[in-house]
Amino acid sequence: MSVLLFLADGAELSLQAVTLAHSLGGEVRAVEIDGPYAPSAWAAALIDAAEGSDIVGPGSDRGNEVLAHVAARLDLPFAANVTDVRGDEVTRIRWGGTLLEDARIHAQTKLLTAAPFAFAPGARPDVVETLRPELGDSVRVVERVEPDTGGKVSLADAKVVVSGGRGVGSAEGFAILEELAELLEGAVGCSRVVTSAGWRPHTDQVGQTGTKVSPDLYIACGISGATQHIAGCKGAKALLAINDDPEATIFAHADYAVIGNLHEVVPAITAELRKVRAT
Amino acid sequence: MRVLCCVKRVPITGGKMVLTDDAQAIQTRHLGFTISPHEECGVEEAVRIVEAHAVEAHSGEVVALTLGPGEAEEQLRECMALGADRAIHLVSDEEWDAQATAGAIVEAIRSEEPFDLIVFGNESADAGNFQVGIRVAYALGLPVVTGLKGLTIAGGRARCEQEVPAGRDVYDVPLPAVVTVKEGLNLPRYPSVPAKLRANRKPVDAKPVNRPPAKLEKLRLVVPEGQGKQAEVLGRGADAAPAVVEVMQKLGVA
Ligand SMILES: Cc1cc2nc3c(=O)[nH]c(=O)nc-3n(C[C@H](O)[C@H](O)[C@H](O)COP(=O)(O)OP(=O)(O)OC[C@H]3O[C@@H](n4cnc5c(N)ncnc54)[C@H](O)[C@@H]3O)c2cc1C
Repeated sequence: MSVLLFLADGAELSLQAVTLAHSLGGEVRAVEIDGPYAPSAWAAALIDAAEGSDIVGPGSDRGNEVLAHVAARLDLPFAANVTDVRGDEVTRIRWGGTLLEDARIHAQTKLLTAAPFAFAPGARPDVVETLRPELGDSVRVVERVEPDTGGKVSLADAKVVVSGGRGVGSAEGFAILEELAELLEGAVGCSRVVTSAGWRPHTDQVGQTGTKVSPDLYIACGISGATQHIAGCKGAKALLAINDDPEATIFAHADYAVIGNLHEVVPAITAELRKVRAT
Repeated sequence: MRVLCCVKRVPITGGKMVLTDDAQAIQTRHLGFTISPHEECGVEEAVRIVEAHAVEAHSGEVVALTLGPGEAEEQLRECMALGADRAIHLVSDEEWDAQATAGAIVEAIRSEEPFDLIVFGNESADAGNFQVGIRVAYALGLPVVTGLKGLTIAGGRARCEQEVPAGRDVYDVPLPAVVTVKEGLNLPRYPSVPAKLRANRKPVDAKPVNRPPAKLEKLRLVVPEGQGKQAEVLGRGADAAPAVVEVMQKLGVA
């Protein structure tokens, strides 16, 4: 059985899918798609190219979307975001990666995407075919709107994220987090309690239904550590938690802990950082 | 405008995933339940759209639908407190795979007057299969756009803004259509007490459904390793600042 590998957007996630594709054991044929993004037409092109073989893609938004279109067209099961394959059994992520599921695929053909960061990246295949789908009147992107970031580093790309939760207490309370983030050339994040209260826009929310971040340092201030928040920051290389409750769950996910009132601790860190830099 | 919103009851898991002894489900004895934030935004958007078009259309309706256990009526009432007019409850105690879920929803939709818009969450909070809305769209022969952070309905068309790493991709599709939405599309209202009371009197059409054999069959759940790190305590209160800055220097971010 051969495997059709769909190299979608996101070079990093696509290379992780290379590793998943090779783990299935068959010969791997890699394809890319040229032209405006049109998930339904792209899926039809993949089905033509696959000629009944398994199809593997990255666990990106587009990878998951196109594979779901493939599955709907073929009426086959689709296992999104798998971390491992053993014959007809897969392990896949649930709850944004804070829970795993072992599942059995009841079909001859496997449709899979690779869960982000579950596989080491493979080498880009030497031969990559380019597909140019017939778009017809299929649904497609008609316009790209670029956001106005005001020159600020984006949450997803920041090396340091200073994130605040309910403990910050108010929209104004975020000023001390802004100040520290600016000093570290990082970005400000927050928990869902904060966005629901309207203290920060949803674009700042980290978590399962917010942005997934992978900075060198994530500073969680007044955040309890709910699994849905952790789903968004578990990719951080180091996590520092500042919380006044020594029993807070966030400490079980943290590399470093400061126990105390964030309204005292955060300004003290900022002052110390300025002092150290001045000498 | 007639809009259908499909939602799913899930536990609010808190700080730790704890499984039942047979590893088939999350231990929910001490947990509350909710719908996904994505779906909550879907219901809010549907209510706003129908309100905005009520004058020209003279009529409009938001219907909430769930496939889930009897207790999921609680989530349908939440949707009606947000402004949905009535609800359809496909009752089953079992967990369904995505293909079967889509099949049951399609059947329920076919027994209704046609909807102009069918709204799903981009992915369910628990299973995260990323596919039910897309399967329903294919079965009904409707266009589908996923992951919406912006939606404008005008002139029988939907302008859909999908979040992508570089910004937003825009699609323009004719109604009727299927859309899947993400949290951030809007800021859902907090239901008022009168709205909650009204929700208790709105009709729920409950019918039992039988689960077909799963094509993607859940065997067991597993809690991943890595819950339960031992954090290094850098100190208490403001006195910890020098130790924090040392760590920042060590990590190369200071
Ligand atoms: C399906 C689903 C999806 C979700 N998606 C997300 C998501 O994407 N992102 C997200 O964040 N949440 C998400 N949630 C919500 C999540 O479950 C939690 O409710 C939320 O993360 C809690 O936010 P919090 O930690 O700010 O608040 P709380 O849980 O209330 O914690 C506040 C913390 O602040 C501490 N504190 C209070 N005052 C101070 C002070 N002065 N100094 C220091 N510490 C203080 C307290 O000790 C406590 O630990 C989701 C929930 C569900 C069900």
